[in-house]
Amino acid sequence: MISERIEKIRQDLEFFEEDIDKYEYIVDLGRRLNILEDELKDDSLLIHGCTSKVWLLPSLVDGKIIIKADSNSVIVKGLVSILVYIFSGIEPLDIINFNVKDLEVLNLTEIISPTRQNGLFHMINRILEYAALWRL
Amino acid sequence: MIKDDFPYFRNNNIVYLDSASTTQKPQIVLDSIMEYYTHYCSNTHRGSYNHGDKTTTKFEESRNYIKEFIGGRPKDTLIFTKGVTEGINLVANSYVKNNFKSVIISSLEHHSNITPWHMQGRTLGNGLEVIGYNKDLTIDLNHLEDLLKKNRDSFLSITHISNAFGILHPIKEIIDLSRKYNAKILIDGAQAANKLKLDMSWLQPDFYTFSAHKCYGPTGVGALYVNSSIINDLTPYQTGGAVIDRVSYKQSTYLPAPLKFEAGTQNIAGVIGFKKGVEYIKSVGFNNIKENEKKLIKIIYSEFNKIDGVTVWGDTHNMGNISFNVDGITPIDLGILLDKQKIAVRAGHHCAMPIMESLGIDGTLRISLGVYSNESDIQLFFSGLIKAIKILRG
Repeated sequence: MISERIEKIRQDLEFFEEDIDKYEYIVDLGRRLNILEDELKDDSLLIHGCTSKVWLLPSLVDGKIIIKADSNSVIVKGLVSILVYIFSGIEPLDIINFNVKDLEVLNLTEIISPTRQNGLFHMINRILEYAALWRL
Repeated sequence: MIKDDFPYFRNNNIVYLDSASTTQKPQIVLDSIMEYYTHYCSNTHRGSYNHGDKTTTKFEESRNYIKEFIGGRPKDTLIFTKGVTEGINLVANSYVKNNFKSVIISSLEHHSNITPWHMQGRTLGNGLEVIGYNKDLTIDLNHLEDLLKKNRDSFLSITHISNAFGILHPIKEIIDLSRKYNAKILIDGAQAANKLKLDMSWLQPDFYTFSAHKCYGPTGVGALYVNSSIINDLTPYQTGGAVIDRVSYKQSTYLPAPLKFEAGTQNIAGVIGFKKGVEYIKSVGFNNIKENEKKLIKIIYSEFNKIDGVTVWGDTHNMGNISFNVDGITPIDLGILLDKQKIAVRAGHHCAMPIMESLGIDGTLRISLGVYSNESDIQLFFSGLIKAIKILRG
């Protein structure tokens, strides 16, 4: 299931020849992300990046991890929406068995680089931690 | 063309405007490092053989050359460090720790000149004082004098040029003022040593520290200048090999400075490359560096004036680093979209979180210039910036 979702995103992104156009599309994705309500954005959900903040609210519903998330950066929000699409509604065990390196095919350096800058790398780690916690 | 001296620009078609983070390295620096590793690699101050002697000679030549480069006197000391961060930590631990009730810093300090003082248990108003700033981010000298009066015999640790905003502190004036109140002074020259002709014999600080990698040299090496009047008051805070005169199980005695502050095998290739980096600066010439920056900064301010909703921080005399924000857009969004157009700038708090908080912002986008920066870089940056703003404003 995760692999199919990654492939779908890869095909969408492949459509753009220029990086800048691809990120314009990601900006649009960010604008469409179903954001977290402001009252839910407390520090316990915050993943600190150097310049952007990501709020992550995972929950376990009917044995599947449901993810809600938001960011103060439009682009990070777009990238977050991709991660939400890939991981939300998936069973914890499938997430645990997922190899993070498989995300590299998307060629989105902000997601796979362990940089402090944007919090996305840490968001993935946090999802993996919750999956391990809720492993059935 | 200066860019031709740098392999990075031969290998990349990138507008590099992040020289305040690290400068690119000219070929002569890389050659010197490669030559050491491939032709005479050996340790310093130990080997009684040809290459060991050659390495020691090169290492000490670098020390003397770099000391002269900053106008140090023969009797002053230059200690090699890992960089400015280690330089400040060395002074904090070897000199300041038990000798000063108060440490005074400016509002524009890098974290490396804040956290070493926290490690000593100093907090605002409790062993640590912070000088205020004016509306244009220049230092409030009246406040500095108040603090010096209230905290006589204090230690002033201050940046020469702000990394985040490029603000040049009037360092001679600050040193002279500090002397009136018997303060000792350390200057963080990370952003200054690559663009200002320094003269320690005229400035006469107690300490001046800077990093090789911002002077077109390698990473992981830097220098700490120590005034001869104070060197005997420092005690090493780390020890090990290469610093010892004699050791028995009862006691150890140290070699004289600077060696007693350089524990363990040093970054020898780095030190050799460091010299080549500053040689390169000299070959370009401080006047040429200054004129180029002046010309580019004038263009930058003029271009910013054409864009709505831009706040450029600081006065209009920024030294090579210019920080700005665009209304309603986070710096990282701009940084990412510029990156996708092959323009490298820094987005974030620039390791200066307290001043960002004081200004009510999370961070800025910073452009910073190097000797290789040119008008074409600036024009490409602004066309990229305008495109990024257009996308983000939808």
